[in-house]
Amino acid sequence: MKLKPRHLPINRHGLVLGCFALLVTGALAMTQALTENRISLNETAQREKVLAQVLPDQWADHPLDQHKTELYDEKTGLTRTCYITKVNGSATAVIITATATDGYSGDINMLVGILRDGSITGVRVTKHSETPGLGDAIEVLRSEWIKSFDGKTLSSPIESGWTVRKNNGAFDQFTGATITPRAVVNEVKNTLQFFNSVKTELFSL
Amino acid sequence: MSDTTANSIAGNSSDSPSIRALLTSGLWSNNPALVQLLGLCPLLAVSNTAINGLSLGIATAFTVFLSNISVSVCRKFILADIRIPIYVILISGIVTMIGLLMSAYAHEMYLRLGIFVPLIITNCAILARAESFASKNNVFASAVDGIATGAGFALVLVALGATRELIGQGTLFADAHLLFGTSTSTPLIDLGEQYQGLLIAILPPGAFILFGLLLVLKNLSTTKP
Repeated sequence: MKLKPRHLPINRHGLVLGCFALLVTGALAMTQALTENRISLNETAQREKVLAQVLPDQWADHPLDQHKTELYDEKTGLTRTCYITKVNGSATAVIITATATDGYSGDINMLVGILRDGSITGVRVTKHSETPGLGDAIEVLRSEWIKSFDGKTLSSPIESGWTVRKNNGAFDQFTGATITPRAVVNEVKNTLQFFNSVKTELFSL
Repeated sequence: MSDTTANSIAGNSSDSPSIRALLTSGLWSNNPALVQLLGLCPLLAVSNTAINGLSLGIATAFTVFLSNISVSVCRKFILADIRIPIYVILISGIVTMIGLLMSAYAHEMYLRLGIFVPLIITNCAILARAESFASKNNVFASAVDGIATGAGFALVLVALGATRELIGQGTLFADAHLLFGTSTSTPLIDLGEQYQGLLIAILPPGAFILFGLLLVLKNLSTTKP
């Protein structure tokens, strides 16, 4: 039976749309297959680069021997990933993930590097959505501020000093932004307290 | 909108318009942002600094260029009734592929532009070019139109970004290293520490106000006294 032209479209529409969807899906699958390996290599390299940033510079030449573990933090109710770092065969430092939830907008994800004696080797923000031009000075690419944590411990400054200058603390705030740096300082302090509570467990792993 | 060249270009034509006409149309007389008022969502959201604007501008221009070419190549097979879903399939496919390729071969750049790439799909200026131009013209003319439209959009992004950055923060093209990959960079203009900055220019309301003023300027320049 010969169909009149006006009866054709419904079938043809489906067919043509299906063909385009198939074509694009095919092209996407091909691109994904071709790029998959490179992307995962890039991501690993990037993660290692960020991890290395919170550790002392003189370790940068050696490939890091890191052991990853996840521990629950009762105070903040978050699970933290800890990367125990060995230098010359002995566990010397640990990098702990931290999330400040009381920033100006959204979570601020950070990495905190801590030596065995409880002093900070470095803090870096890995992801945030603070106000551009104000709160984003927590990024190391935009400001040196985040380096003011280097060498700090829970006892230096003393506990009441673990906030911004506006609240009589030891850390600078930014022009026009107090909430963001205060949230970061507070979370770094939480991370140090967490470190103290799990120190023995961490370094026995 | 009131522009006659733009309408004649967008219309169905067997002989393609000249390159010159295409470039003038995309960059100025029929500019996607200033005249057609398309793609305002990414435009207002990502124009808080000149470098952010430039980054999104480059990514968008590249997408509209490729989407125009692919729509034009397929235009004989695209049925009128289902053309919009087909355009959407093509454009989102292209944007996803650009994202994957960037992540594989220019990972540093992907980390900087990464958040802007999915935003491009929401830019209806690209869909508009596919519908009103690429589906009716040959591949070469569509490619040129893609470049012109993309550049026109990018130009507005950079202009708005530069204005907002200068008023809000007192710098111009600060943080260029985030885009170009050098380790540090100094802003083109820096008003210094004494300039406190007018915060509202960086925040969303500033985007609307300053974009409105840009529109006023554009309309003043094209209205004959």
